[in-house]
Amino acid sequence: MMDEIRIIDVRKNILSDNENEAEIIRQDLANKNIFMVNVMASPGAGKTSLIIQTLRRLKKQLRLAVIEGDIESTVDAEKIQAEGIPAVQIRTGGACHLDAPMVTAALDKLELSRVDMVFIENIGNLICPAEFDTGANLQVMILSVPEGDDKVLKYPLMFTVSDVLIVNKMDYLAGSDFNLEVLRRRAHELNPRIHIFEISCKTGLGLDEWCSWLLEITKNKIMS
Amino acid sequence: MHELAVTKSILKLALEHTHQNHGECVISIFLIIGEMRNLEQDWIQRYFDYISKETAAEGAVINVKKVPVIFLCKSCEKQFTTNLKEDKKILCPHCSSFEYDLVSGREFIVEKLEIK
Repeated sequence: MMDEIRIIDVRKNILSDNENEAEIIRQDLANKNIFMVNVMASPGAGKTSLIIQTLRRLKKQLRLAVIEGDIESTVDAEKIQAEGIPAVQIRTGGACHLDAPMVTAALDKLELSRVDMVFIENIGNLICPAEFDTGANLQVMILSVPEGDDKVLKYPLMFTVSDVLIVNKMDYLAGSDFNLEVLRRRAHELNPRIHIFEISCKTGLGLDEWCSWLLEITKNKIMS
Repeated sequence: MHELAVTKSILKLALEHTHQNHGECVISIFLIIGEMRNLEQDWIQRYFDYISKETAAEGAVINVKKVPVIFLCKSCEKQFTTNLKEDKKILCPHCSSFEYDLVSGREFIVEKLEIK
């Protein structure tokens, strides 16, 4: 009997353990009236810059904290702390994304009773962070102009899981062959619900608009 | 690294379900993976062979059934597929509508196991 070959049905999501943990995080944050934003992008697209610019504009209205994912270094967490905002560093030691258990461990290190909003700076790439739910309420991806408008074709999953697409480095648009209309069309075809903001962390273009939108949805969420 | 993290989850699920069903070892694992997932069968198998050594799943063969990207048109309610890697406008081939929902292509499932 034991040597008989049998087929058994499993029908389970491969990442169900991670997804269950992410749901627990979301529930816990909801109970504590905290809103969490997961920022994903390629290396150099401007994740740290966007977070710092957003912190500066929102720190008077909200109590903020940042979880910094980094493969080895701690430079990004140091930049955030220099802004006077609590930051926890997760060093993944080579792993290319953050997952829900890592975020749980990082949240435990923050004084959550004094926080309204947490930013997660995910590891820089457009593949794995799309696969692993971190428990965040809002998924934000950044695409910078020098990367090109064809990234929707190469990394479609990232565009389907994101609620917001931030086009950064708009100051590089002049003289480039980046076509904003084409990018908007491609992104909306794949994800009609995606909100698109065009910004430049360097010149400040579009940052107030992005921050007012973010503040509005955060207030709605944590005060409801 | 991406495939490695995923492969660890596959191994964990395979061992749990084999144990629950009083099996001794895993012969093959059947996955259903949407075209939108960036996973290659060869790499999953290679990582799996490495991490499953000295477990009940050592030597198991991974089979992948790929699921195409399918949209459901909100206007005519017909389904259609498209190649996302090609740069062309996505619209319903039946009624030319731009209003549709993604219904498949993101699957990531351990469907069944062959055990003894």
